[in-house]
Amino acid sequence: MEEQSHLIVLDDIHKIYQMGDTQVRANDGISFTVDHGEMVAIVGKSGSGKSTIMNIIGALDVPTSGKYFLNGIDVSQMSDDELAVIRNKQIGFIFQQYNLLPKMNLLRNVELPLLYAGVGDYERKERAMASLKRVGLGDKWKNLPNQLSGGQQQRVSIARALVGNPSLILADEPTGALDSRTSRDVLDFLKELNNEGNTIIIITHDNSIALEARRIIKIHDGQVVFDGEAQEYRKQVLG
Amino acid sequence: MKISQAFGMAFSSLRSNLMRAFLTMLGMIIGVGAVIAMISLMDGMIAYTTDQFQDMGTDLLAVNITNYGSKKVTEQQFYDFIGEYPEQFGDMSPYYNMNISVRSKQELEKKSSVIGVSEDYADMNSFEVEKGRFLAYADIVNRSRVCVIGSYTAEHYFGETEPLGATLRLGTDTYQIVGVLKEKVDSTENSLDDCIFAPYSVIGRKMGMSSPSMLYIQMKDPDHSKDAQKLLEDYLYSVFHDTDCYMITNMAQLLDMMQDMTGVMQKILVGIAGISLLVAGIGIMNIMLVSVSERTREIGIRKSLGAKKKDIMRQFVIEAGTLSTIGGGIGILLGGLATTLLGNLIGMNCAPSMRAIILSFGVSAGIGLLFGYMPANKAAKLNPIDALRSE
Repeated sequence: MEEQSHLIVLDDIHKIYQMGDTQVRANDGISFTVDHGEMVAIVGKSGSGKSTIMNIIGALDVPTSGKYFLNGIDVSQMSDDELAVIRNKQIGFIFQQYNLLPKMNLLRNVELPLLYAGVGDYERKERAMASLKRVGLGDKWKNLPNQLSGGQQQRVSIARALVGNPSLILADEPTGALDSRTSRDVLDFLKELNNEGNTIIIITHDNSIALEARRIIKIHDGQVVFDGEAQEYRKQVLG
Repeated sequence: MKISQAFGMAFSSLRSNLMRAFLTMLGMIIGVGAVIAMISLMDGMIAYTTDQFQDMGTDLLAVNITNYGSKKVTEQQFYDFIGEYPEQFGDMSPYYNMNISVRSKQELEKKSSVIGVSEDYADMNSFEVEKGRFLAYADIVNRSRVCVIGSYTAEHYFGETEPLGATLRLGTDTYQIVGVLKEKVDSTENSLDDCIFAPYSVIGRKMGMSSPSMLYIQMKDPDHSKDAQKLLEDYLYSVFHDTDCYMITNMAQLLDMMQDMTGVMQKILVGIAGISLLVAGIGIMNIMLVSVSERTREIGIRKSLGAKKKDIMRQFVIEAGTLSTIGGGIGILLGGLATTLLGNLIGMNCAPSMRAIILSFGVSAGIGLLFGYMPANKAAKLNPIDALRSE
């Protein structure tokens, strides 16, 4: 099988929610692959099933049926604690609301993934500090998140996503809470990370954000309705 | 994640809401303090009553002969009987209690009881002589009209003048005072210091009795008081052939009973104080449940970053455990303080016992973990997607 060479292999993913008497098919047979070093945007309206596929890719949830291989590992049947390990080692999350812990300083926020990975005190501090410096906030490590601007907070969350050297960075509406200028900064930074070899998936409802990626996957009614180059998307879908 | 890191996390989380942490701990503080104070004060009380009893002589058997009729046991027969069992019995003293009007030269008069006892009575009751001497064997044999008086009696009849060598009129007879006892309690009327002891041979005859109705026998081995009591019962039965004619009171047993009773009372009081510990535990559970709901999003973030169930579980259990342990620690200090203060107030020597401290600390830490478990379990089971979505 080809799952060995691809970073992500999704094979006929179905996710069905039981809502009372009715079944909601949030993902209805989604298949695609993502290679190492790609930058992909998954785009779709709210209710399209893009959040559901993000949760599955992010190992926050498992599909009702279908296979999901991440780095050659079958994630689709894992238990909660096994998924926690996958999230910890393989995935770096960037959320719309930054999701920093408000009562911890920046350094301790960035340390968290390493803490759960069992990395020792000294190495943990070194790596967290390096990661903070990487996003240009090394001198602010003592600050609490609410002492920072939105753009800075999002950079802290990027530092946190990077600190464990994950194989995938998963950004869920990363610019949704930011003004257009800081959005630009964050997107440029993500592109820069991608140029350094990081694989990045951006989930967004905003076509203009999606067009920043090289490849776009459009989800509609739980199915992939477009998968191709950004220019192609501009021509075909946006006309 | 290491345990030490988990503790650090628990501390910083508690520090961020100090007021709430303190109020939650308050229940634990009061509960632990109450348990320690109860146990320690009751321990003090038990020690105090035991002390009092020992002063009365826990190694003594008290014999009451309620019905003599034609049968009787004289002092000499009792002495002969205890002489047969030197392993079991030590000293002995009859106890004649005569109520009589007592007068001194200063014309002070008062109804008093005059006790007729043997020369060994002072040792048996650990009386100490302040001045002069106690009754002697010769006084018994010679039926000497001498007496030994307590500190209150000396004060009452003689005031500033020297009682030793002076005389007291007991009814119609004059008795010379040969000794004054050391103050035993507080030199008040009707206390142990208000007493007159005279030879039993004199008092018995004065009361017109040929055998004592009451006497004390000392046991050599109070730990096996039942054996000695049995010997004495068998002897008295062989004389009277009727168990209603006599009664033996075993002071050691009385003390045991007393201690059992105070022990039961202690358990009840500690049980009541223990309820407050339970209530404190429920308070901790309640606040932890609130804390879990408030921090649902935090739990979601932690889970998305790779926290396993046991990591979340540990975080909340340690928080609850830390709350109750710190509360318990402060409670120990407070309980110790309360014990010492209350003990001083009621005039007993009380110290917080190690047993009380270990017990209440163990219970408080245990309750913290027990009642922390349920909220922690709830937190650990949260679905990360739902938890992240919560505001």
